[in-house]
Amino acid sequence: MGSHETSIREPLVHGNKNLKTITDDVVGIMDKKPTGLWWTGFLIAASALTLGIVAVSYQIMTGIGTWGLNKTVGWAFDITNFVFWVGIGHAGTLISAILFLFRQKWRTSINRSAEAMTIFAVICAGLFPIIHMGRPWMAYWMFPYPNARGPLWINFRSPLAWDVFAIGTYLIISAVFWYIGMIPDLATVRDRAKTKIKKAIFGFMSFGWSGSFRTWHRYETVYGLLAGLAAPLVVSVHTIVSFDFATSAIPGWHTTTFPPYFVAGAVFSGFAMVLTLLLIARKAMRLEEYITVKHVENMTKVIILTGGIVTLSYATEFFMAWYSGNGYEQFVFLNRAMGPFAWAYWIMVGCNLLTPQFFWFKKIRTNMLMVFILSIFINIGMWFERFVIIVTSLHRDFLPSAWAMYTPSYVEIATLIGSFGLFFTLFMLFIRYMPIISIGEVKNVLQFKGRSGGGK
Amino acid sequence: MKKYFIVSFDNEYDLVEATQEFKDKGFTIMDAFTPYAVHGLDKAMGLKPSRLGKICFGFALLGLAIGLYGQYWISAVNWPINIGGKPWNSMPGFMPIAFETTVLFAGLGTVFTLLWRTGVLPGRKPKIYAPNVTDDSFVLVLTEELSSFNSEAAEAISSQHRAVEWQEKLESE
Repeated sequence: MGSHETSIREPLVHGNKNLKTITDDVVGIMDKKPTGLWWTGFLIAASALTLGIVAVSYQIMTGIGTWGLNKTVGWAFDITNFVFWVGIGHAGTLISAILFLFRQKWRTSINRSAEAMTIFAVICAGLFPIIHMGRPWMAYWMFPYPNARGPLWINFRSPLAWDVFAIGTYLIISAVFWYIGMIPDLATVRDRAKTKIKKAIFGFMSFGWSGSFRTWHRYETVYGLLAGLAAPLVVSVHTIVSFDFATSAIPGWHTTTFPPYFVAGAVFSGFAMVLTLLLIARKAMRLEEYITVKHVENMTKVIILTGGIVTLSYATEFFMAWYSGNGYEQFVFLNRAMGPFAWAYWIMVGCNLLTPQFFWFKKIRTNMLMVFILSIFINIGMWFERFVIIVTSLHRDFLPSAWAMYTPSYVEIATLIGSFGLFFTLFMLFIRYMPIISIGEVKNVLQFKGRSGGGK
Repeated sequence: MKKYFIVSFDNEYDLVEATQEFKDKGFTIMDAFTPYAVHGLDKAMGLKPSRLGKICFGFALLGLAIGLYGQYWISAVNWPINIGGKPWNSMPGFMPIAFETTVLFAGLGTVFTLLWRTGVLPGRKPKIYAPNVTDDSFVLVLTEELSSFNSEAAEAISSQHRAVEWQEKLESE
């Protein structure tokens, strides 16, 4: 690929790196003792995970009557968490696939950790439907396989069955994409390993990668193909998740704008979570030279764009409720903004509409602490978006005598905290034990002139 | 008996230029070993574009066929169930899953073909001709019958293109 970089453009990586120092820096993290910040983060995450394991064990043994659901609101916290985590899982593939197809070179420092985040988020998401089956040991009934019950197959017309395939495919393809991208770096770790056990582990995991260009040549083709496959896949996943709601005849859910609205929201929340995680990883692993302020700025700009689409979706929903002339639809939206769950609605609006507007200012975009705080607000706002869509559409249905309120039980809250625990525990272990930055790809985009050269 | 001529460079540009010249002068290039996918080296080595794109398309069609026919056969042939009065063959409703199986088959099929064709598989031991190729060294390996190899010409080209070092090895070594 020809180089058309101007010298005015900021370097992708700071600190005058060369090929050797990039290897040393990234692989060096895995040899060094972890920082205090890493231990703090890891211990908090592991404690939250323990709480979650206790809560999930309790509800599986006792039954899902431990939740705060009732006859009217029969679907609340679990599905909120599910949609929230699936949404978080969208940024990784967006960064690794769509930005790859657009030849955005800045993605190389962050794609590895964003992809890891995607996989962990999808794992968290996948757990919720399994838990809310109530009998998780029957989870394999979701798959169509010849069985002794008829054979009674699954119902392929159900969006929930579509979900199984969408999430399953997404998990498999993103895990393969992530691992294939990591093989050359695992070989780098193998070739530098000092201990026998490390040599053996990374020797096995790197599949005998020798750096052969005949392999690289095919590998590059496959990487492009996988990116091309993952890009429509990522769009399809949240589209199908939105079908869970849009194909039902519930006011507030039955909308054709749901697929683009959910996909934009997913990218919005995903990028906020990538920022939260990378700002932690950057500090805990001292990666300031690789994950630069420029990277953070670029991500905040994506947030401004997708936040704008989300805002437009909120406005469209209200407009369509009014314009449809449908009394039930109008009631649901007035009830969202002014009913008993108005507090949740205004948290959502405040976090998702106002927060991104701060990113228009360069002073705020380049202040890492501010970006970190604002990214957490967006995470909160996007969690509430799902909560508002799900609970406010259900709790006051067609029959006023059936109206009810919903309060999550402590078991549900503990499960939510536990899912954050699982997510952060996996991420903390990942940044400690795996090459967190794509060594080969960073070297490739820097276009060094020689062993001593600084690279553009 | 075969002979290997192993040249190391410290950057991608010298490697690509030298490879081009070795090829033009009629040397047989066995392979190059690089820390990343060097752009332009495929042309210099004379590699044809990979056919994996076609493989990917084939697997995609297979996934689509299995997704569509599988759902049709299960829902309309093997055990039809009346769900909300919907037709046995609800083709529009089968599209989302058919799309997912298309992507799944295409992705996994392509990756498994890549691993199988390149021999990058769990448990394999790498054949390393020179150190640091996964770090900062760019290595070119030429191969020829011992009798017909022109060492002097190869050394001249290497030094002209700022090679860091070069060595000769016999096949048995």
